[in-house]
Amino acid sequence: MSSLDTIPVTTEVATGNVAPLLHEIRHALKRLTGGEEGTSIDLKSLPLAPGEEERIEATLGTGEVRAEVDALGPTLIQETSYPGVWLITHKNVDDAVVARFIEVTFIPELLRSQPEDIDAGIDRLENELGS
Amino acid sequence: MRKDQNLGEYLRSQGVSRRGFLKFCSATASLMALPPSAVAQVAEALAAARRPSVIWLSFQECTGCTESLTRSHSPTVESLIFDAISLDYHHTLQAAAGHGAEAAREAAQEENKGEYILVVDGSIPVDNPAYSTIAGISNLDMLKHSAKDCFAIVAVGTCAAYGGLPGAEPNPTGAVAVSDIITDKPIINVSGCPPIPVVITGVLAHFLTFGTIPELDALGRPTAFFGQNIHDRCYRRPFYERGEFAETFDDEGARKGWCLYKLGCKGPITYNACATVKWNQGMGFPIQAGHGCIACSEPRFWDKGGFYDALSTGDWGSREALLGAAAVGAALGAGSAIRARARKRKAMAEEEA
Repeated sequence: MSSLDTIPVTTEVATGNVAPLLHEIRHALKRLTGGEEGTSIDLKSLPLAPGEEERIEATLGTGEVRAEVDALGPTLIQETSYPGVWLITHKNVDDAVVARFIEVTFIPELLRSQPEDIDAGIDRLENELGS
Repeated sequence: MRKDQNLGEYLRSQGVSRRGFLKFCSATASLMALPPSAVAQVAEALAAARRPSVIWLSFQECTGCTESLTRSHSPTVESLIFDAISLDYHHTLQAAAGHGAEAAREAAQEENKGEYILVVDGSIPVDNPAYSTIAGISNLDMLKHSAKDCFAIVAVGTCAAYGGLPGAEPNPTGAVAVSDIITDKPIINVSGCPPIPVVITGVLAHFLTFGTIPELDALGRPTAFFGQNIHDRCYRRPFYERGEFAETFDDEGARKGWCLYKLGCKGPITYNACATVKWNQGMGFPIQAGHGCIACSEPRFWDKGGFYDALSTGDWGSREALLGAAAVGAALGAGSAIRARARKRKAMAEEEA
């Protein structure tokens, strides 16, 4: 335990925003299965008290898929225990979080191979093969 | 980045994949306080963005604004944005000095007439221009000269936006804001002492992405970042509503994280993004650390009463607003309101005398 942990400060603060956010996710899931587009929620866009983001994360839990994208620093993509709800954490090369989103979608766009990258890959492969 | 390249070409030449670019766009959209649904639009605009020239002038300032920016927490995004602009003059950051540096400023102005962005931090002394000069040129003359050919001005920090600390009473140098001198160019005020670094970058990213002036509030600030007040976005707001206040910095209320209104928090009259964007790698903001907001992004914040006096005891806004604040305090059972009225009467009497 560090010395900071010994300071008797408690946080019993709640903004009341956790439950509405979870309802928003529920509504987004219903829209998704109803054939509508996915939803993306920027976690920075609403006020959360210390500990509330962790509470949201704990409520969502972890699901079957976990992936890491290595592009301009790591991006962690975790499907939550609610299929279709993904927690996406963009970090920079210093491992600091630069943005955090909850995406309600079948598969996050960042996991798909991108046509531009595929084209560049074809060029590289052709060079490799000398064709 | 070559001047004939757009950002998309530049990033590809640097080995940044489309995935990396989409990530950059997501972070940039978040930076600009745009909804996630705008990422595709940002990606399309950024891929085609050309490199704008930026001339950065530092006048009567403490370099805190530049420190804030260069210590910002997202170096990947920041550095990409800085790679994507051409910072042609910044006398604190540039390696060049003396006549060479000033020649670079003149050359950038000449080559980018009508297109460059002029960033200013610091206020401008007008009582005696000799109070602050660069290369023998007064701040006043340099601002007028550099502003005449620019596309727009970004006044970074409360000093450039509203006069700030140099302009505080008794204002010995006659410090004024950029907007007090330049009246024929668009001016974007990015206030704060210092401003949140990602807000500075967010405004530059807006130029880069859309090439336009962002929507501004009545005080010339981008509404994307200054559209809501700290109080409305504060996680301690529920305590305010319940009338639960810390009375001292070490009482039970303080330990429980209650509202800091009675300890001088200026959140209710301060417009900024601290409560959501936050500071220090998104770790927190002053109120989260247990200290009230000091309204550093508001005009004349130095001259409007003590940082530790409740809002109702200071000189914020109109008399009607002040009496309203006092009424709120009274309704919440705040004894400070009574003291506020007494002090306000005394202050008004002194002012009339």
